[in-house]
Amino acid sequence: MTAMTDDSIPVTPRAIHDEMVAFGIMTALLVIVPWTGIYPFFVMQALCFALLACAFNLLIGYGGLLSFGHAMFLGTAGYCSGHALKVWGLSPELGILVGTAAAAGLAVITGLVAIRRQGIYFAMITLALSQLLYFIYLQAPFTHGEDGIQGIPQGYLFGILNLANPTILYYVVLAGFLFGFLVIFRTINSPFGEVLKAIRENEPRAISLGYKTDQYKLLAYILSGTLAGLAGALKVFVAQNASLTDVEVAMSGQIVLMTLVGGLGTVFGPVLGAFVIVAMQQYLSGLGQWVTVIQGVVFVVCVLTFRRGVIGEIAHYFRRSL
Amino acid sequence: MQALYAQLLVGLINGSFYALLSLGLAVIFGMLNIINFAHGALYMMGAFVAYFLLNVMGIGYWPALIIAPIAVGIFGMILERTMLQWLAGLDHLYGLLLTFGLALIIQGVFQNYFGSSGLPYAIPDYPKIGEFHGLQGGMNLGFMFLPIYRGWVVIFSLIVCLGTWYLIERTRLGAYLRAATENPALVRAFGINVPRMITLTYGLGVGLAALAGVLSAPINQVRPLMGENVIIVVFAVVVIGGMGSIMGSIVTGFALGVIEGLTKYFYPEASNTVVFVLMVLVLLVKPTGLTGRAA
Repeated sequence: MTAMTDDSIPVTPRAIHDEMVAFGIMTALLVIVPWTGIYPFFVMQALCFALLACAFNLLIGYGGLLSFGHAMFLGTAGYCSGHALKVWGLSPELGILVGTAAAAGLAVITGLVAIRRQGIYFAMITLALSQLLYFIYLQAPFTHGEDGIQGIPQGYLFGILNLANPTILYYVVLAGFLFGFLVIFRTINSPFGEVLKAIRENEPRAISLGYKTDQYKLLAYILSGTLAGLAGALKVFVAQNASLTDVEVAMSGQIVLMTLVGGLGTVFGPVLGAFVIVAMQQYLSGLGQWVTVIQGVVFVVCVLTFRRGVIGEIAHYFRRSL
Repeated sequence: MQALYAQLLVGLINGSFYALLSLGLAVIFGMLNIINFAHGALYMMGAFVAYFLLNVMGIGYWPALIIAPIAVGIFGMILERTMLQWLAGLDHLYGLLLTFGLALIIQGVFQNYFGSSGLPYAIPDYPKIGEFHGLQGGMNLGFMFLPIYRGWVVIFSLIVCLGTWYLIERTRLGAYLRAATENPALVRAFGINVPRMITLTYGLGVGLAALAGVLSAPINQVRPLMGENVIIVVFAVVVIGGMGSIMGSIVTGFALGVIEGLTKYFYPEASNTVVFVLMVLVLLVKPTGLTGRAA
């Protein structure tokens, strides 16, 4: 491992107070969304991606592991939840559980393979693994190939909450997002999170201090994959379908882009980044393929001139951690 | 048996492309410490340059075989001078992200103008020597029918790969290159212009990708996304072979192409995934890759 320099992925010192204030503001803003007239479908979609990007950020921002295949958790959870809801007729809470558990299982298996290499190889391995999954889903009968699983029923959560109602669905998705966000928040502020950062900055030293670094990395990877799976399971209720686009490399790239725009290694950056990118797709959807080009330009500009991301720049300017 | 030989040949051809591409990736990684995600897009550009040369300027296959790699190589060197060089000293991951963005831009632009369908590119029908019309047609080897163009791709790729190996491992220029990979500061102190070498190295790696693109144009058609999936397979090849050794990249590339071809014959359902499954197996048994040292 190379030594940390100013040019590495930025990590600001943490101050729990600022983060609590920011968390309060974010939660308040999200809670009032249904009364603002903002299209709820857009916010729900963005929340799913925000959770996904936060889970991804847990690995890269705190563990130093760039996963270029996080779409595999999104897609796996989507397919499994969708199948459980539509074909098995399970209730929504069980459907979410099935999808999340499937992603967790996938994370255990792929994690055991991927953490055997670090840095750039880790990125290539996760990318290849997600491509392997893509081809499996392309051929597996239960995913319906190119068509995907369509018309997934939303049902009644716990038998009482009608998820076909956009407002109720919104608060359910928001609750899921906040749950995942707090799990990540708690993790990075725990002793476990501190060890992760130590591994990120100097793995040989962490090993010499007696930490079994592979176990820490694997655990972080499984946690990240599981929460990404939760995001995928929630997204099934919003989109009511599960398709191959959720497993594609392009999707993994978008997750990276969201986190990069918001700020790698910041707590709130991935959330903001997800909203920015989802909004960009929404407003630019008339441009067709040019959206891809614009995303590429954003990638290039971010890497060349804007490596801290939006939240990272703000935090740097005010010398706070966010 | 005919079908088996045919799939073996397809495997060898894909192996040629994997070898040329992973060779370029390895050379670039050695000097720039960047995994070039744009490699697939530049491979596609090679094929498109050949297509433009033929359909716009009337320049045929043989000159394109030289012009396209040079043109795309120059394009790559411009990318290196204007963008990639600013990443020196940063975390390796930024190089991956930047080149991923470049790949999105290049592929997106081509897709806008050419859609997703393939453009045909004919096998050259010149020079005419005796009964041979350029590389068209085929010959009967007794046990199988060999399309001449396909045989040409395998042999020519092998020659280029070995030539690159020779250049890097056996010449004075290659010695400078290897020295600069080990310790750029010291090599600079000896008065060698390392930044220029880095630029040329990127041009060389990119040129190899473009060459693979020209070679594949008559076989796979010219498509904006032709490099999108290939590059991921090549990443798996690189993980399997390790990037430490030039010869390792070449051998792994050809070997995996052949294995993929054999899978197409014996168990076609797995032909898309076999390389990735092999990658998993190699990682479980020998995490550093077959020829690689610890990264």
